[in-house]
Amino acid sequence: MKTVHVHYFALLREQRGLSQETLATSAPDAAALYAELRARHGLTLPVERLRAAINGDFAPWPAPLKDNDEIVFIPPVAGG
Amino acid sequence: MSFHLSTQPLDPVALKASLADAHAGACVTFEGWVRDHNEGRPVQSLDYEAYAPLAEKEGARIVAETLARFPVTRVVCVHRTGALRIGDLAVWIGVASAHRAAAFDACRTLIDEIKARVPVWKKEHYADGTTEWINCATRGDHAGP
Repeated sequence: MKTVHVHYFALLREQRGLSQETLATSAPDAAALYAELRARHGLTLPVERLRAAINGDFAPWPAPLKDNDEIVFIPPVAGG
Repeated sequence: MSFHLSTQPLDPVALKASLADAHAGACVTFEGWVRDHNEGRPVQSLDYEAYAPLAEKEGARIVAETLARFPVTRVVCVHRTGALRIGDLAVWIGVASAHRAAAFDACRTLIDEIKARVPVWKKEHYADGTTEWINCATRGDHAGP
Protein backbone atom coordinates (compact mmCIF):
# COMPACT_ATOMS: atom_id res chain seq x y z
CA MET A 1 0.00 0.00 0.00
CA LYS A 2 1.07 3.55 -0.64
CA THR A 3 -0.32 6.91 0.37
CA VAL A 4 -1.39 9.27 -2.41
CA HIS A 5 -2.96 12.71 -2.53
CA VAL A 6 -5.76 13.10 -5.07
CA HIS A 7 -7.13 16.46 -6.22
CA TYR A 8 -10.46 16.77 -7.99
CA PHE A 9 -11.67 19.47 -10.35
CA ALA A 10 -14.88 20.40 -12.15
CA LEU A 11 -17.30 17.51 -12.69
CA LEU A 12 -15.09 15.08 -10.78
CA ARG A 13 -14.92 17.44 -7.80
CA GLU A 14 -18.70 17.71 -7.68
CA GLN A 15 -19.25 13.97 -8.08
CA ARG A 16 -16.68 13.13 -5.41
CA GLY A 17 -18.02 15.86 -3.13
CA LEU A 18 -14.60 17.23 -2.19
CA SER A 19 -11.56 18.91 -3.70
CA GLN A 20 -8.84 16.67 -2.37
CA GLU A 21 -8.21 13.62 -0.25
CA THR A 22 -5.32 11.53 0.97
CA LEU A 23 -5.82 7.81 0.75
CA ALA A 24 -4.05 4.47 0.85
CA THR A 25 -4.10 2.41 -2.30
CA SER A 26 -2.49 -0.64 -3.82
CA ALA A 27 -3.12 0.68 -7.36
CA PRO A 28 0.12 0.39 -9.34
CA ASP A 29 -0.62 3.29 -11.68
CA ALA A 30 -2.97 6.24 -12.22
CA ALA A 31 -5.31 4.24 -14.47
CA ALA A 32 -5.84 1.62 -11.77
CA LEU A 33 -6.31 4.30 -9.15
CA TYR A 34 -8.97 6.01 -11.25
CA ALA A 35 -10.76 2.70 -11.79
CA GLU A 36 -10.75 2.16 -8.03
CA LEU A 37 -12.10 5.64 -7.28
CA ARG A 38 -14.62 5.54 -10.12
CA ALA A 39 -16.13 2.32 -8.76
CA ARG A 40 -16.12 3.59 -5.17
CA HIS A 41 -17.67 6.99 -5.85
CA GLY A 42 -19.74 6.50 -9.01
CA LEU A 43 -17.69 8.90 -11.12
CA THR A 44 -19.26 9.01 -14.57
CA LEU A 45 -16.35 9.99 -16.81
CA PRO A 46 -14.62 7.01 -18.41
CA VAL A 47 -10.85 6.96 -18.16
CA GLU A 48 -10.62 7.43 -21.94
CA ARG A 49 -12.01 10.96 -21.52
CA LEU A 50 -9.42 11.97 -18.91
CA ARG A 51 -5.75 12.80 -18.71
CA ALA A 52 -3.61 12.13 -15.67
CA ALA A 53 -1.21 14.52 -13.94
CA ILE A 54 1.30 13.41 -11.33
CA ASN A 55 3.17 15.88 -9.13
CA GLY A 56 2.16 18.90 -11.18
CA ASP A 57 2.59 17.74 -14.76
CA PHE A 58 0.89 15.52 -17.29
CA ALA A 59 1.88 11.88 -16.98
CA PRO A 60 1.20 8.74 -19.02
CA TRP A 61 -1.47 6.48 -17.51
CA PRO A 62 0.94 3.53 -16.99
CA ALA A 63 3.45 5.62 -15.01
CA PRO A 64 3.96 3.84 -11.65
CA LEU A 65 2.62 5.59 -8.56
CA LYS A 66 4.98 6.31 -5.69
CA ASP A 67 4.36 7.01 -2.05
CA ASN A 68 3.12 10.58 -1.48
CA ASP A 69 2.46 11.30 -5.16
CA GLU A 70 -0.05 14.05 -5.93
CA ILE A 71 -2.48 12.89 -8.60
CA VAL A 72 -4.98 14.90 -10.59
CA PHE A 73 -7.48 13.39 -13.01
CA ILE A 74 -8.11 15.99 -15.70
CA PRO A 75 -11.60 16.04 -17.25
CA PRO A 76 -12.00 17.28 -20.83
CA VAL A 77 -10.86 20.90 -20.76
CA ALA A 78 -13.09 23.80 -21.81
CA GLY A 79 -11.19 27.05 -21.57
CA GLY A 80 -11.52 30.00 -23.89
CA MET B 1 5.88 36.65 -22.93
CA SER B 2 3.40 35.15 -20.58
CA PHE B 3 0.33 33.11 -19.79
CA HIS B 4 -1.50 33.85 -16.58
CA LEU B 5 -4.73 33.08 -14.80
CA SER B 6 -6.66 35.91 -13.17
CA THR B 7 -9.35 35.85 -10.53
CA GLN B 8 -10.01 39.55 -11.23
CA PRO B 9 -11.66 41.27 -14.24
CA LEU B 10 -9.29 41.78 -17.17
CA ASP B 11 -8.31 45.28 -18.34
CA PRO B 12 -7.74 45.11 -22.12
CA VAL B 13 -6.30 48.63 -22.29
CA ALA B 14 -3.59 47.86 -19.76
CA LEU B 15 -2.93 44.45 -21.32
CA LYS B 16 -2.53 45.97 -24.78
CA ALA B 17 -0.14 48.58 -23.41
CA SER B 18 2.06 45.75 -22.15
CA LEU B 19 2.66 44.69 -25.77
CA ALA B 20 4.22 48.01 -26.78
CA ASP B 21 7.46 47.47 -28.67
CA ALA B 22 9.31 49.81 -31.03
CA HIS B 23 10.09 46.86 -33.33
CA ALA B 24 6.44 45.94 -33.74
CA GLY B 25 4.44 47.09 -36.76
CA ALA B 26 1.40 44.95 -36.02
CA CYS B 27 -0.71 44.07 -33.01
CA VAL B 28 -3.45 41.42 -33.06
CA THR B 29 -5.63 40.85 -30.03
CA PHE B 30 -8.34 38.28 -29.32
CA GLU B 31 -11.03 38.70 -26.69
CA GLY B 32 -13.17 35.75 -25.63
CA TRP B 33 -16.49 36.98 -24.24
CA VAL B 34 -19.14 35.19 -22.24
CA ARG B 35 -22.14 34.79 -24.55
CA ASP B 36 -25.76 34.27 -23.62
CA HIS B 37 -26.30 30.97 -25.40
CA ASN B 38 -24.60 27.67 -26.13
CA GLU B 39 -25.87 24.90 -28.38
CA GLY B 40 -29.34 26.44 -28.41
CA ARG B 41 -29.64 26.86 -24.64
CA PRO B 42 -29.91 30.27 -22.97
CA VAL B 43 -26.93 30.81 -20.66
CA GLN B 44 -27.18 33.10 -17.62
CA SER B 45 -23.66 32.91 -16.22
CA LEU B 46 -20.70 30.62 -15.98
CA ASP B 47 -17.90 29.52 -13.72
CA TYR B 48 -14.33 28.88 -14.79
CA GLU B 49 -12.20 26.56 -12.68
CA ALA B 50 -8.52 25.77 -13.25
CA TYR B 51 -5.84 23.43 -12.01
CA ALA B 52 -3.72 26.53 -11.62
CA PRO B 53 -0.13 25.21 -11.39
CA LEU B 54 -0.50 23.01 -14.46
CA ALA B 55 -2.63 25.55 -16.36
CA GLU B 56 0.15 28.12 -16.03
CA LYS B 57 2.82 25.55 -16.89
CA GLU B 58 0.98 24.33 -20.00
CA GLY B 59 0.11 27.91 -20.97
CA ALA B 60 3.80 28.85 -20.75
CA ARG B 61 4.67 25.89 -22.98
CA ILE B 62 2.11 27.05 -25.56
CA VAL B 63 3.58 30.56 -25.50
CA ALA B 64 7.11 29.15 -25.92
CA GLU B 65 6.01 26.96 -28.83
CA THR B 66 4.35 29.94 -30.49
CA LEU B 67 7.46 32.08 -30.10
CA ALA B 68 9.54 29.31 -31.68
CA ARG B 69 7.13 28.93 -34.59
CA PHE B 70 6.26 32.54 -35.51
CA PRO B 71 8.43 35.68 -35.73
CA VAL B 72 6.58 37.66 -33.08
CA THR B 73 8.01 40.11 -30.56
CA ARG B 74 5.51 40.04 -27.68
CA VAL B 75 2.86 37.58 -26.48
CA VAL B 76 0.50 38.03 -23.54
CA CYS B 77 -2.32 35.62 -22.63
CA VAL B 78 -4.64 35.88 -19.63
CA HIS B 79 -7.53 33.58 -18.72
CA ARG B 80 -10.16 34.34 -16.10
CA THR B 81 -11.25 32.00 -13.36
CA GLY B 82 -14.23 32.35 -11.05
CA ALA B 83 -17.82 33.46 -11.67
CA LEU B 84 -18.44 35.42 -14.88
CA ARG B 85 -21.53 37.09 -16.30
CA ILE B 86 -22.74 37.61 -19.85
CA GLY B 87 -20.43 40.01 -21.68
CA ASP B 88 -17.51 39.51 -19.33
CA LEU B 89 -14.06 39.07 -20.78
CA ALA B 90 -13.05 35.43 -20.27
CA VAL B 91 -9.77 35.31 -22.14
CA TRP B 92 -7.48 37.96 -23.65
CA ILE B 93 -4.65 37.25 -26.06
CA GLY B 94 -2.34 39.83 -27.57
CA VAL B 95 0.49 39.42 -30.04
CA ALA B 96 2.86 42.04 -31.44
CA SER B 97 5.13 41.44 -34.40
CA ALA B 98 7.04 43.31 -37.07
CA HIS B 99 4.49 42.33 -39.74
CA ARG B 100 0.82 41.44 -39.57
CA ALA B 101 0.81 37.88 -40.93
CA ALA B 102 2.79 36.45 -38.02
CA ALA B 103 0.64 38.29 -35.48
CA PHE B 104 -2.62 36.95 -36.95
CA ASP B 105 -1.28 33.40 -37.23
CA ALA B 106 0.26 33.37 -33.75
CA CYS B 107 -2.90 34.76 -32.14
CA ARG B 108 -5.08 32.11 -33.78
CA THR B 109 -2.66 29.36 -32.77
CA LEU B 110 -2.55 30.57 -29.18
CA ILE B 111 -6.31 30.56 -28.63
CA ASP B 112 -6.73 27.20 -30.37
CA GLU B 113 -3.99 25.55 -28.30
CA ILE B 114 -5.17 27.13 -25.04
CA LYS B 115 -8.69 25.83 -25.61
CA ALA B 116 -7.41 22.35 -26.43
CA ARG B 117 -4.72 21.88 -23.79
CA VAL B 118 -4.89 24.14 -20.74
CA PRO B 119 -6.65 22.55 -17.74
CA VAL B 120 -9.46 25.07 -17.37
CA TRP B 121 -13.10 24.01 -17.08
CA LYS B 122 -16.32 25.88 -17.77
CA LYS B 123 -19.62 25.32 -16.01
CA GLU B 124 -22.63 26.93 -17.64
CA HIS B 125 -25.69 28.01 -15.70
CA TYR B 126 -28.83 27.94 -17.83
CA ALA B 127 -32.02 29.98 -17.68
CA ASP B 128 -34.00 26.91 -16.57
CA GLY B 129 -31.82 26.50 -13.48
CA THR B 130 -29.78 23.55 -14.72
CA THR B 131 -26.01 23.52 -15.09
CA GLU B 132 -23.48 21.65 -17.17
CA TRP B 133 -19.71 21.19 -17.26
CA ILE B 134 -18.87 21.76 -20.91
CA ASN B 135 -17.29 18.80 -22.71
CA CYS B 136 -17.92 16.56 -19.69
CA ALA B 137 -21.27 15.05 -20.71
CA THR B 138 -21.31 11.29 -20.35
CA ARG B 139 -24.69 10.68 -21.94
CA GLY B 140 -26.13 11.98 -25.20
CA ASP B 141 -24.11 13.55 -27.97
CA HIS B 142 -23.12 16.78 -26.26
CA ALA B 143 -19.51 15.85 -25.61
CA GLY B 144 -16.38 16.67 -27.53
CA PRO B 145 -14.08 19.61 -27.97
